[in-house]
Amino acid sequence: MANHVEQIEGERQKPQVKHLWKVFWILLIITAVEFVIAFTISADNDFGKWLKISIFIILTFVKSFYIVGTFMHLKEEVKALIWTVVLPVIFVIWFIAALVYFEGGYIGSVR
Amino acid sequence: MKVGYGKLMMWIFLLSDTFTFSALLISYGLVRFSYPTFKDLNPGQSLSDFTFSSEWWPTPERVFEAVPLLHGVSLPLVFVGIMTFILIFSSVTMVLAVEAGHRRDRADVEKWMLWTILGGATFLGSQAWEWSHFITGTGVGANLVFNEYGPTAFADFFFFITGFHGTHVLSGVILNILIFYNATNGVYDKRGHYDMVEKVGLYWHFVDLVWVFVFTFFYLV
Repeated sequence: MANHVEQIEGERQKPQVKHLWKVFWILLIITAVEFVIAFTISADNDFGKWLKISIFIILTFVKSFYIVGTFMHLKEEVKALIWTVVLPVIFVIWFIAALVYFEGGYIGSVR
Repeated sequence: MKVGYGKLMMWIFLLSDTFTFSALLISYGLVRFSYPTFKDLNPGQSLSDFTFSSEWWPTPERVFEAVPLLHGVSLPLVFVGIMTFILIFSSVTMVLAVEAGHRRDRADVEKWMLWTILGGATFLGSQAWEWSHFITGTGVGANLVFNEYGPTAFADFFFFITGFHGTHVLSGVILNILIFYNATNGVYDKRGHYDMVEKVGLYWHFVDLVWVFVFTFFYLV
């Protein structure tokens, strides 16, 4: 009802968008950093290769936290919804980690 | 649970879509690491000597180095970078439309939905260009049974992963057009709320989120 009254009075509410544009710039800068890393760290030795891969994975998760938390407003949802979404994703990550850790070594012998 | 039914179901749907995309990317990783790398088979050489062969998995930055209108110039990953920027931009315009919906500001919703539709369409156009460039290649090109870049599975995964994501973008653009049409016709004003903008917004952000992962695991790593 409160909203209805405002509509009748015809006053346009001011948009609250500062934090949204901030996230946009953060995402853009992280992508630019990934781009720079792709061409500055050499993957010729094993250390450089895995350093690159781990930095990329960490930055990807940082970006996804911003997208899911701010753009999809998951941070502002009720706890039950947050856990409904986050818990299965944690299981998927666990599954991948376990698969790589326990079975990953066999991949070299299949071909 | 204090969440609207539609919104809850959208989240559950997105969760199931997460499983599908995870499965695609996990299989990509599995098959990729089952192949030797260029370095494995040419221990003495540096990655700058890389050449295409079906013996080893290709380095993505050597495959994706073309940009429209700049024929013959090697600009590794620049075009994918531009595509990423377009999708991030259309994601922020979508969230601005959602915010305008909360204020029930029809003019703002229309404006930001149009920007989002434009971004989505531009992304689809870019992807069509990239596919056609990938398929044509420099001679033999690529299809599902043979490609000039590396093992057959490389092109197969390219077509399946970016294609499945592109299909999501296409349906997202269609949904966005529908929302724009309804908003313009005052459907949501009559209904008294703009919740549909938020629900479709969730889907659109998910499409952006998937691209973030595809960008990392297909193009960067």
